[in-house]
Amino acid sequence: MHLATYLGLLEDSEKQLTDAFEHVAEKHRDEPDIEQICQKFSAWSRNHHGQILGFVEKYLEEQEDEPDKLKRDLFARNRSGALALLRDLHDLWLLTQQVQLCWTVIRQAALGLRDEELKACATECAARTKRQTDWLLGRVKQAAPQTLLVAE
Amino acid sequence: MPETRDSITDIWGPRTGFEGQEQWPARIDEHTTEAPDHWVQSACVLCSNGCGVDIGVKDGRIVGVRGRAVDSVNHGRLGPKGLHGWVANNSPDRLTKPLIRRNGQLEEATWEEAMSLIVQKSKDLIAKHTSSSIGFYTSGQLFLEEYYALAIVGKAGLGTPHMDGNTRLCTATAAAALKASFGSDGQPGSYADLDSTEAILHVGHNIASQQTVLWMRILDRLAGPNPPKLVVIDPRRTYTAEKATVHLAPRVGTNIPVMNGLLHLIIEAGHLNHAYIEAHTLGFEELKKTVAKWTPDRVERLTGVPADKLRAAADILGTCKTLVSTVLQGVYQSMQATASAVQVNNLHLLRGLLGHDGSGIYQMNGQPTAQNTRECGADGDLPGFRNWGNETHIQELADLWNVHPDQIPHWAPPTHAMQIWRYCETGSIKMLWISGTNPLVSMPDLARARKILAKEDLFVIVQDAFLTETTKYADVVLPAAIWGEKTGCFTNVGRTVHISHRAVNPPGEARSDFDIFVDYSRRMDFRDQHGAPLLTSTWQTTEDAFNAWRECTRGRPCDYTGMSYAKLSEGSGIQWPCNEEFPDGKKHLYEDGVFATATEYCETYGEDLETGAPRSKEEYQAINPNGRAFLHGVDYEPPHEEPDEQYPLWLTTGRVVFHFHTRTKTGRSKALQDAAPDSFVQLATEDAARYGISEGDMVEVTSRRGRVLEPARVGGIEPGLVFIPFHYGYWDKADRPRAANELTLTEWDPVSKQPHFKYAAVKLRKVHA
Ligand code: SF4
Repeated sequence: MHLATYLGLLEDSEKQLTDAFEHVAEKHRDEPDIEQICQKFSAWSRNHHGQILGFVEKYLEEQEDEPDKLKRDLFARNRSGALALLRDLHDLWLLTQQVQLCWTVIRQAALGLRDEELKACATECAARTKRQTDWLLGRVKQAAPQTLLVAE
Repeated sequence: MPETRDSITDIWGPRTGFEGQEQWPARIDEHTTEAPDHWVQSACVLCSNGCGVDIGVKDGRIVGVRGRAVDSVNHGRLGPKGLHGWVANNSPDRLTKPLIRRNGQLEEATWEEAMSLIVQKSKDLIAKHTSSSIGFYTSGQLFLEEYYALAIVGKAGLGTPHMDGNTRLCTATAAAALKASFGSDGQPGSYADLDSTEAILHVGHNIASQQTVLWMRILDRLAGPNPPKLVVIDPRRTYTAEKATVHLAPRVGTNIPVMNGLLHLIIEAGHLNHAYIEAHTLGFEELKKTVAKWTPDRVERLTGVPADKLRAAADILGTCKTLVSTVLQGVYQSMQATASAVQVNNLHLLRGLLGHDGSGIYQMNGQPTAQNTRECGADGDLPGFRNWGNETHIQELADLWNVHPDQIPHWAPPTHAMQIWRYCETGSIKMLWISGTNPLVSMPDLARARKILAKEDLFVIVQDAFLTETTKYADVVLPAAIWGEKTGCFTNVGRTVHISHRAVNPPGEARSDFDIFVDYSRRMDFRDQHGAPLLTSTWQTTEDAFNAWRECTRGRPCDYTGMSYAKLSEGSGIQWPCNEEFPDGKKHLYEDGVFATATEYCETYGEDLETGAPRSKEEYQAINPNGRAFLHGVDYEPPHEEPDEQYPLWLTTGRVVFHFHTRTKTGRSKALQDAAPDSFVQLATEDAARYGISEGDMVEVTSRRGRVLEPARVGGIEPGLVFIPFHYGYWDKADRPRAANELTLTEWDPVSKQPHFKYAAVKLRKVHA
């Protein structure tokens, strides 16, 4: 059974997302809307991460391999200039997709296992992840033309 | 000369108690300094009430005003601003010639020079950086023909998404809340509902100071038979709160818990119109769940509102058979602004108190013509309450203007004011055209706003009647004609449209905003798909523009097709929708419980009220509201900045009765200026004692963003909270920092994008002058 492995992947991804939102909040605090909302999203991901830990514990003995880690070069920390905000939002969006897909996979497993608790957790967290994605997409769409066409 | 009453010492005048629809007795308030040789029909532009007035003219000068007894809004009455504000028109320091900055100084220039410079600059920028390098920041004080001209110039001529108004600072949340609940902007009720209502709720709305004439109507109801019960939610003991049957004074930033607590009590007591909820709303169970945790005790702990008072308020609001509610800045300029404002809509929906005599909701406007800024699309909306996410709506505009739909920027929501300023700051907007507003007093975090306008690479155009704090930073200043000097229409907060005729000529070379925008369009040579000049081919006068606007509104909620200059001039105020079906306008929207939420009709597909993320058309269709209103439940979030050891007090900002906006007009009326000559900081007796401050002492108030010096006013406010009025800047008094917005935050509501002026953490220190 590879459930624990996948939970590990999800746990790692939510952790990355927590940190990434925090990082973006701090880095782009001069934008009127970024800091507060990204801190909120960071808190959501932190909460998801906490919820996963319980299930990692529960399915630990069944773990066969080391949990997979996301190996991506997201968030070049010293990105700057007009593109930086757009690129950072872009990377956040990718990360939320990674998390979302993990939740979908986990929820399927929960259905098979009839683990009601895990199913409820996956449903709730996936819905909140979608709200993160939706916001990021809206913000990316808004920033894109100005960044690509006008900013120097 | 006649001054029928002294509105400075007795703001609201004598009582004429009454009860019953349209039974409010007329009283003609007048103030003239000489006997006029004729009167010209108009309406007051000093707040969103839009009282009908006649302008008295003698020898080509304005010599006074009188209320129009026949007008449905004010029945002849006028408040202090209405009676005295007109004096500013005759002020000797009006701008009469364009100014151009040369060698660092603003120097007089001709219109030809000024407009050529603007056009040259525009063309250069478009060639190098596209028209998205040009932004517009307008007002809530122009006429609808002017906004519509501006909207076409920006959206069809230039094709820039960057256009917003200072309405973003005052009423964006009103629009957002109406859209979120009902699918479209537009106040459901009529002022006449106050004449018969059983109960009135004011949330964060100091109506006694803001709309003095509307308050007279309420005072007269209170003085008549069967007076309505009055519930006021406001952290300060305002004039309005003094008259309340129940006054709830929550801590700053806790509107949501109070409103959720009220809804919880009403649901729990079963004071619901189940049939209405079932037939006409979506989201009841969700709302019920969200508010369920807000028991009176929990509300009391968090907000400081005693549980028994909350119960008393819920009892009134839950049992009245008719209810009029109003909401303003105490909600709009606070945390969770849109989310809190919709709770008032929820209250009415839960009880089915909409669409009949005696019931209505006013998500209030502040400025006189803010409604038109929104309707005409001179802000972050599209003309005729069209939906930027709906391709059919974009096509309709493209057809009206005969341009390609992709010329109209609709790839994302139109840029909001705070974002426009941010683009200026980061350098991607290089030309900012400011009309009819004074952001260097009204914007939050003024130090930052000044730095932005001072940027070398930002070309700033300011169109105004006077030199202001903002014109100091302009590259070009255009002298504008104002109310009384031009003809046009505008719409008050109650959907009532008035015509305001030109009474006198503008001073010197001043021109109306309409003429300026049309001239710009001509000089830029904007053309439609067939090569005909945009605007100028058909628009000679503002009446032509009004007729074009009528077409733009056809079939939309704000339908003007049944109105004309002639019809507006015959009567005194017509409410939209006015069309073939309702030739004299309509008192109530949603009488049948069918709301503007159908997918092809609605103004928005909605947003996540907590994050502001826009909803897609597909998601909206999946919900398929199809005429049902939305009940939105939202839970409490603590404010982002709270008092701490270093900054231990809450600051809130607001208005005083005698001034409007940044006082560019009211500060030039001697009577109004003498009545409220200077800014102040109001603090509680307990806090005054703690800091050793007495009445009149000079106090330094500091936040993380800036500092001001204000004379102290002690009492009339809760401990821990201080208040500074937002009207005062520097044009008439530059000897000390005193603008409240030196202290405020650059944060906004995620949905309405309205800044949070109503709270900031500050500290106090008495200074020895
Ligand atoms: S209530 Fe408003 S519109 Fe009426 S007179 Fe006063 S300022 Fe003017």
